[in-house]
Amino acid sequence: MARLNSPEELRKFRQAILSKRDPDNPCISICAGAGCIASGADEVIAAFEAEIENQGLQADVDTKGTGCPGFCERGPVVVIYPEEICYLQVKPEDVREIVEQTIKENKVIERLLYEDPVTGEKAVKESDISFYKNQQRTVLCNNIRIDSRSIDDYLAIGGYSALAKALSEMTAVEVLEEVKKSNLRGRGGAGFPAGRKWEGSRNASEPIKYVIVNADEGDPGAFMDRALLEGNPHSILEGLIIGGYAISANEGYFYVRQEYPLAVANINLAIKQAEDNGLLGKNILGSGFDFNVMVHQGAGAFVCGESTALMTSLEGKVGEPRPKYTRSNIKGLWNRPSVLNNVETWANVPLIVNKGADWFTSIGTASSKGTKIFSLVGKITNTGLVEVPMGMTLKDIIYKIGGGIPGGKKFKAVQTGGPSGGCIPEKLLDLEVGFDELSKAGSMMGSGGMIVMDEDTCMVDVARYFINFLTDESCGKCVPCREGLRQMHKILTNITAGKGKEGDIEILETLAETAVEASLCALGKSAPNPFLSTLRYFRDEYEAHIKEKRCPALSCKNLIAYHIDPDKCQACMICLRKCPAEAIDGGKKKIHIIDQEKCTNCGTCFEVCPPRFGAVEKISGVAMPAPIPEDERNITRKSTEK
Amino acid sequence: MSEILLEIDGKEVSAREGMTVLEAAQGAGISIPTLCHHEKLEPFGGCRICIVEIEVRDWTRLVVSCVYPVEENLVVRTRTEKIDRIRKTILELLLAHAPDAPGLQELVQEYGADKNRFEKDASFCIHCGLCVRYCAEVKKKNAVGFVDRGIRKEISFIPEISAKECWNCKECFPLCPTSYLQAVYVLTEALAFPSHSTEAMSDK
Repeated sequence: MARLNSPEELRKFRQAILSKRDPDNPCISICAGAGCIASGADEVIAAFEAEIENQGLQADVDTKGTGCPGFCERGPVVVIYPEEICYLQVKPEDVREIVEQTIKENKVIERLLYEDPVTGEKAVKESDISFYKNQQRTVLCNNIRIDSRSIDDYLAIGGYSALAKALSEMTAVEVLEEVKKSNLRGRGGAGFPAGRKWEGSRNASEPIKYVIVNADEGDPGAFMDRALLEGNPHSILEGLIIGGYAISANEGYFYVRQEYPLAVANINLAIKQAEDNGLLGKNILGSGFDFNVMVHQGAGAFVCGESTALMTSLEGKVGEPRPKYTRSNIKGLWNRPSVLNNVETWANVPLIVNKGADWFTSIGTASSKGTKIFSLVGKITNTGLVEVPMGMTLKDIIYKIGGGIPGGKKFKAVQTGGPSGGCIPEKLLDLEVGFDELSKAGSMMGSGGMIVMDEDTCMVDVARYFINFLTDESCGKCVPCREGLRQMHKILTNITAGKGKEGDIEILETLAETAVEASLCALGKSAPNPFLSTLRYFRDEYEAHIKEKRCPALSCKNLIAYHIDPDKCQACMICLRKCPAEAIDGGKKKIHIIDQEKCTNCGTCFEVCPPRFGAVEKISGVAMPAPIPEDERNITRKSTEK
Repeated sequence: MSEILLEIDGKEVSAREGMTVLEAAQGAGISIPTLCHHEKLEPFGGCRICIVEIEVRDWTRLVVSCVYPVEENLVVRTRTEKIDRIRKTILELLLAHAPDAPGLQELVQEYGADKNRFEKDASFCIHCGLCVRYCAEVKKKNAVGFVDRGIRKEISFIPEISAKECWNCKECFPLCPTSYLQAVYVLTEALAFPSHSTEAMSDK
């Protein structure tokens, strides 16, 4: 491994890598991200390697497991360069055909292409797929192009050129000013301007300073940072080194959650490779700037994503937030100036240095610049990671990219910003995504979770779910969060269980106010959001639960009952046989009836009743219809009538 | 140390740099309720009952006075409708655990807190951390600590340390606002080092 002593040596080294690679040679990129691995990507990669070897094509064809390109719904994803042919849901048994047809004969295999569910048109290139076509991928785009464990791959696509530029052509203050000018705002939660945070640390008198990557991504359903950490670790590392240079810090940390072992492995490998190449350590690229990085693994506490709790944890203490009213960029880790930014924020830094602040500010809204990665999950056709320019409407993200709601269901709400974000209703779908826009709507950007909910989702139950998560993750230090959330959770549980009382909403509002105003840290202060936003937009659902003991979404188990419509029942015996509680009475030609005393509301009958009959229905808040008289239950009479 | 002038409840108060709003108020004879505060200990900021409203550069917000440092021209209000409502709620949340705790009763009267507002979960500890912090910061023994987190968080004596250190100290006992600490100690003693307590008794 060559140690590079100057930007010129880096440039030559990159040339040497590129000269060994023929851009016209086929390259098979197979996503080796967590989602595709779960769908069998490892077997597909092994099958490709074996097949290429069998056919003696090793010299002409490059095969690589890459980072996550985001279309997790259709994994394993295979992209074949230079034509950029994209095959989805590839299985090991497809591999021989791909090599025979596409690699050797240059023929496209139709059945593995993406087919537009509306038009039926096939898309050959990745960029033609509607999921990708409407995205703007400035940060995520390289995930599929590189083997995340190869620094050569990263260098080949121009990696570390921003670092070289910063160190050799810019002063630290110029780098800082460029980031300030870009108005890059933190991608981890609060959206604080990164440049201002950096400036505070740079100007602090204490000489020893730190830069830290917050990779403690813990929001349920969020995996943006994971995809970057696993797929393109060098891009984050490069941003961090540049940040260190800008604020004059010589030490950096990655705080990675323990639940991301592959991310930890890839980051550690990236650090080792960067050190071997002279891109980390003493006198980086001959600039005189020294910088070292260490990786710290969290121990499974969500609250450690909060800046002061993260730093306390990094110091080796229990990960609880600090009560002090000082900014951590002035007094952070070991009471020294510490710049903590999220993974995605750091990954944007090399782009800003290379392309300039003007390029960055040309994307986005007035107050939110650049792109943002969202993890689009829930009741959505195209689950996956999407990167869009700030200012795209929620509607476009959900319908143009996400492909809308599956199963012909109606959209109800989209939850953004992680567990302490909020639910945004249909009437606000034209909202443009941005830090301030989402906050105004009672939600937040958070780190970019986006959970889509359809008409079957009970909004009271959603609030209960997230408050439960936050109760579990509260550190327990302050009363408004620990005790307030405990009581909020109890009351919400009661409401969804049909035990809601008049006055519950008011008590919840008081508890929410106490937590928002008096909690010690951002976790507690934002924890009531799931309740407050659902109350704001779906108050009628709360009232239906409390006053009528009715769940409008027909979702809360204790508030619904199952009923068989005697006019629709064909006495097919399916539900009767499947009912685990033996609560269904009937016979071969005898209309079925559910014994409400025995029924456990498990929903099996509802699920197994053939859709062409659709005889089982859920009812809530209304009296159970009287059972059909015994002498009218004979199915033959019904059929003779017809 | 430079003198800092601020206003608390309409009264001009003089404080030294580095003091907290709570200390400045106490020095001026203005009372702010506290539960987790102790003058010998580092500010903890856990109970949040000492919350006050501050106005600085036309920006009004709520902060906890045991941590917030004094600054020139700061305007502090220690009682507003909102503050009283929050304090009452905090007390009621604690009363769900320790409805008859002696250390809470005076404040319960003052703020009209209802001990039956929330569903009871009688566990007695209100997590003020006085015992834990006193043992760590003043006695430097760490014989009692917090275990687990969130709503499962509890105080626990570490038998190995406690067996050696506690029998002739017990300085944390009077700090506990609910008397729960003694119960935990007695239980630890009975389970982990019963012989020691018998010896200690026979020594007397």
